[in-house]
Parts: sequence; C-alpha cells; structure tokens
Amino acid sequence: MNMPLPPDPGELPARGRLGAWLSRRVDRWAHTARHPLFWVGSREMAGVSIGLTAWAFMTGVAMVKSGMSITESVLMSLLVFAGSAQLAAIPLMAAGAPLWVVLAAAFCVNLRFVVFSLHLRPYFMHLRRSSRLYLGYFTGDVTYVLFTRRFPRPPETNGQRRAQMAYLWGGNVTNWVFWQSLSMLGIFLGAALPARWGLEFAGTLALLAVACSMVTTRLRALSAITAAAAAIVLFELPYRLNIVAAIAVAVAISLYVEPRWPRGGEREGARHA
Amino acid sequence: MHELDGWTLLTILGMTAISVITRGFFFISEREWTLPEWAERGLQYAPIAALTAVIAPDILLTEGAIGPLLRDARTWGALAAAGFYFWRRRSSYVLPVAIAVGMAVFLPLRVGLGW
Repeated sequence: MNMPLPPDPGELPARGRLGAWLSRRVDRWAHTARHPLFWVGSREMAGVSIGLTAWAFMTGVAMVKSGMSITESVLMSLLVFAGSAQLAAIPLMAAGAPLWVVLAAAFCVNLRFVVFSLHLRPYFMHLRRSSRLYLGYFTGDVTYVLFTRRFPRPPETNGQRRAQMAYLWGGNVTNWVFWQSLSMLGIFLGAALPARWGLEFAGTLALLAVACSMVTTRLRALSAITAAAAAIVLFELPYRLNIVAAIAVAVAISLYVEPRWPRGGEREGARHA
Repeated sequence: MHELDGWTLLTILGMTAISVITRGFFFISEREWTLPEWAERGLQYAPIAALTAVIAPDILLTEGAIGPLLRDARTWGALAAAGFYFWRRRSSYVLPVAIAVGMAVFLPLRVGLGW
C-alpha cells in the first residue's frame, strides 16, 4: 500500500531533506486517510456536528463582540481551539483581568480534559511523546466520547492501532473543519451586527447550558451554587480574583461535604464542549 | 479592527499552552502515575465551579451591584435557557436549542424594551 519513500534524508542537501520530510508526512497522512475507519469516524462526527456548529458560531460572535479585533479573534480560534475555555476567558479579558487569572479560569474549565487524558493514556502510549501531545490537542470532547464508545479497549495489535488512529483522526479532522469554519463565520458576521443587541450574551448562555449539562450529581449542583454566590459576594476583589477565589471556595466546600452526604448519583464525566 | 495587542497575543499563547497541557496531561510522562486522591476528587467539582463563577456576575450584576432583576432581559433569558435545558435534557440537540430559546427571550426584551 505504501508509496516508495525517497532515499535516506541524511544523504540529501537541505532542500531535499525538507522535501523528503514533507513527502513522508503526506504519505503517513494518506496512509491514515485510506483506512476505511477514517471515513467512518468522519461520518459519525459529522452527524454530531450540527450542534457543535451553533456552538462554534456563538464563540466566534462572543469573541468579536467582546472588543477583540478580527485578527485576535481568528488567532484565538485557530490556536486555542477550546470553546468553553474561550467563552470563559473572553469576559475576563474584556474586564482587564491579569493574565494569570484568565489562564487559571481557562485551566479550570479545561480540567475535564485531564480526566479524558487519563482514560486515553493506554490508547496513545504506543506513540512518541510529541505525537501523543499533538493528537491529544486535536481530540475534543465529542471525538473523545465517540472514540471511547467505539473502542472500549486499548489496542493490542498493530492493525488495531492503525484502525483506532484512523477512526480518531477522521473524527478530529471533521470536527476541526466544522468548528473553525463556523467560528470564522461567527467572527465576520458578529463584527457586522450592532453592539446594542448585546449578542455577547449568547456566550454567557452557552456557558450556562454547559454548566447545566454538568449538574449530574447533587454535589456538583452544590459546587455550582457555591461558586456563583461566592463570585458575586467577592465581586469587589480587584483583578477579577473573585473567579479564582470562588472556584477555590466551591471545590473546598464540595470536598468537605462529599464524605458527609449520603451518596447521590455516582461520578460521571461531563460530555459537552 | 485588525490590530493585534501584545497582551491579548500573550493571553492567546498562554491559553494555547493550556489547551495542549490539559488535553495531554497524562501523556507527558512515560511513567505510570496518578494524581493525589484529593486532587482527583476535586476534578469533579472545579469545572462547573469555574463556569458558574464566570457567568453569575455577568447575568446578575449591573455595574457591580445586584440591579432590578425582574426588569432585566438577562434574568429572563438565563431562566428560559436553563428551564428549557432541564425540560428537554434527554434530547441530543438540547444545548444549542437552549441557547437559542434564551436568546429568543433576551433579544426582544433588550432591543424592544431596553431592559
């Protein structure tokens, strides 16, 4: 199946080495994309993407409506590639919060990915570290859910490894294309709509909907209410430190109450972006 | 419209690093390892706390104080979105539709009545 590769890059001049490297990359990509499961992953992802496109569009509108320039919004969308972290960071950036507060809030919103990465570790450990991080960066909430649903077990043979990577990349590429195109559309349309409408409120509602989807246990509801109350009571704190303080208070109270409450629902990961 | 502020760029790069680090957190080390027990439990509660801490002031506060909530388009928009979410939480498109419902309540009040 493989195309013959060019000679050992060591024997070639610099431009030839670049060409050899590129042709290897392209060949590896074609190798993955030729696998039938690449298209299965892509199709299954496309089915779920209708919901995500609305989401991406909203993120684009919220960025540009918060006062970021088009260049900044496009860069943020292409590089950060994390809807809810972006939505959480946007109002903080607009309010002039210090860098570490914005990053701390983004980190906390993204903590669910830490849980996903623990789950995906046995699936990815056959790759080199750089490939693992690269693949992890492109694996969002929905592709993670679809991937682990289709493959309940880590791969054992090379054939299984290739099939799993093909399926995952199929989903990831589709997800990325849908997400970025709708996010760009939101940025450019959002810039044309009047500020008086307060369209950035859609970003707040988007985060509210994700928060609702995370209320799967009574303790999480407690954490949500405590954090909301603390963020309002501590609003006078400078540099929007109320956000970090509210997270700390809510987590501390939840951890304190956890062993003392009769167990309600069991632990369950959040499934939405 | 096309300017690029240094501070914003720095924030964007920092957030990119956070995307990479959180999504690859357990891929970084070759060794098998886990978080301390309390941190693993804390992971259950931090994301939702971060979200509500960010949105609560954006929904409820007007210039740093709780304003007239009943005459505020944001209150009704948020209630409509949350209400719709919990009413239809089993359906697969509930997230975007909940946002649309919230905006459908918010926009007429904000643009029409100026709430």
